[in-house]
Amino acid sequence: MMTSKIERLDRLVEAGVQARHGQSGSLWRQSLRRMSRSPMAICGAIIVSLFVLMAILGPWIAPYSPTAQTWGKEVFLNQNIFPGPRAENWFGLDHLGRDMFSRMIVGARQTLLVGVVATLIGFLAGAVIGGVAAASGAFGGRWGQRVESVIMRTVDIALSIPMLLLALSVAALLGPSLTTVMIAVGVAQIPIFARMLRGSMLAQAHSDYVLAAIALGVPKPRIVVSHILPNSMGPVIVQATLVLATAIIEAAALSYLGLGNPDPGNPEWGTMLSDAQRFLSGAPQLAIYPAVGIIVTALGFTLLGEAMRESLDPRLRRQE
Amino acid sequence: MLRYTIKRLLQLVVALLGLTLLLFAWFKALPGGPETRMLPDNATDQQREALRQALGLDEPIWFQYGEFLSRIVRLDFGSSLSSGRPIATELADRLPATIELSLWAMAIAIGIGIPLGYLAAKRRGSWLDFTAVSGSLVGICIPVFFLAAMLKVVFAQQLGWLPTTFRLSPGLTYTDITGLRVLDGLLTGEFDVALDAARHLVLPALALASIPLAVIVRITRASVLEVVGEDFVRTADAKGLKPQTIRGRHVMKNAMLPIITVIGLLLGSLFAGAVLTESVFAFGGVGSFVYQATTERDYPALMGFILVIAVSFVVLNLIVDLAYGFLDPRVRVRS
Repeated sequence: MMTSKIERLDRLVEAGVQARHGQSGSLWRQSLRRMSRSPMAICGAIIVSLFVLMAILGPWIAPYSPTAQTWGKEVFLNQNIFPGPRAENWFGLDHLGRDMFSRMIVGARQTLLVGVVATLIGFLAGAVIGGVAAASGAFGGRWGQRVESVIMRTVDIALSIPMLLLALSVAALLGPSLTTVMIAVGVAQIPIFARMLRGSMLAQAHSDYVLAAIALGVPKPRIVVSHILPNSMGPVIVQATLVLATAIIEAAALSYLGLGNPDPGNPEWGTMLSDAQRFLSGAPQLAIYPAVGIIVTALGFTLLGEAMRESLDPRLRRQE
Repeated sequence: MLRYTIKRLLQLVVALLGLTLLLFAWFKALPGGPETRMLPDNATDQQREALRQALGLDEPIWFQYGEFLSRIVRLDFGSSLSSGRPIATELADRLPATIELSLWAMAIAIGIGIPLGYLAAKRRGSWLDFTAVSGSLVGICIPVFFLAAMLKVVFAQQLGWLPTTFRLSPGLTYTDITGLRVLDGLLTGEFDVALDAARHLVLPALALASIPLAVIVRITRASVLEVVGEDFVRTADAKGLKPQTIRGRHVMKNAMLPIITVIGLLLGSLFAGAVLTESVFAFGGVGSFVYQATTERDYPALMGFILVIAVSFVVLNLIVDLAYGFLDPRVRVRS
């Protein structure tokens, strides 16, 4: 099953592991130094920090309430009259006469929350599954290897199902809500994280310091938790950054399919974007603001993740 | 190669069995069970029990799984709860549209992506390289349904260059052979049909191609950059081979391996994108069916779709892996 995808994930993992062996000094400090010289990383970091700031401070910096239909009388849906940008409403009004600018600023928080929670679900569940598989495979003897094999075959099958389908089936179980979207997107990421952490941990399990720890008589559970696990996290964290971008886009897609937040009181970019589809020909700006928000944010996380991956890749480092 | 193929086929069977098991568990875990959706809200417990018996839901679980499997093998997925038609017929009617759309999108992505990625690698650091790389980074970040909707508004509604919805203009008669309308039109000599179907395909295919295109450009560029640095390329150059020969036989042949892998991986996101694109253009493929099934909670229909797509995805991946083994002798030897 899926040898190709697996190989690719494994290669990524190896890249992270090899980087660790190559040079002395802290890997993270070295990568940080390299990243601070990369324009890609700087762009990504600026976008991400602005987005996070907006998500934290949103309700305090927004000029108006995001839910108050203050200008409701100025919008005429059937005549396609949506007042555009003007002095008091920088981004114009939405279909219920609410201030788009305030909705965008306040909506950043929910959008970030969806991305972070979904990624965390995938990361944690994937880490547990991958970690158990790797630990039992490396230290559990013959039975452990069987456990590992069963777990990983199941993960491989899940990997072979397209992500949106996994998300759709989870959403069908839970009914439409923002929580559903988070769980659905998160669950769809579990197999990737499980694969990556297992590969990364197995590579660490063969290293000299683990052998030394075994020789010193350190109990095996402790070797796994305090030696192998912390050293295996690099490539997984890189993946998490990239997944955050995917999660925000996927969440918007699920909202568009009607599985998102039915509560209009709490603005979120994905829901705003899918709501705006109804007025697309008359008022495309209603879709463009949240879409640009999503694209720029996803781009920020992608740039940051790619820059991190490059700074960890030993093949690219040699060129310096 | 034969042993490798047989081994992969056996793995395929195991994977498919695992898949049906997962799907069965999923179907069992759905809230309320299928009988809730089929009965009116005020149904009595007696009616409920009768329906459960009629559906075989009171049998032991392993027996139900056996029934489930044997029905799947006979391609009997039950009837759609919203349209009442058999799901297998529904899917068979709609699959050609999705396949046609996906093929065109993939053709666009591969046809533009590989040459563009190659050029970007050849002229590393040029404006072309910069545009290709940044364009592909932005490309994967654009939600497909938004892009599809914007293309529709601009090119179909406002400029009026291309049709907004459906696969054919109303009033055109066509002969059905393969279900792929452009191909059918060409085969039967109905060139007006072929042209009209192609015009309907341009916008959805472009929208659907965006993500695969972005990914293929990046992987081609990276892969070519890696290969041109190899010693055998320098040797080929040193012994005076023509640049075209080096490009075709040495660089591209070796660079193709990761590209093929990625194309195989993209098929999954292509299906997902098709669901979203088709619903924007009312394209009448499997995608719109799923959109409808999702919004109306038509679980049997959704399950039939997931099964068909997952099976075709698993089979396509097998084909990609076999192609990989065919191109790269090392894959064969290792297994």
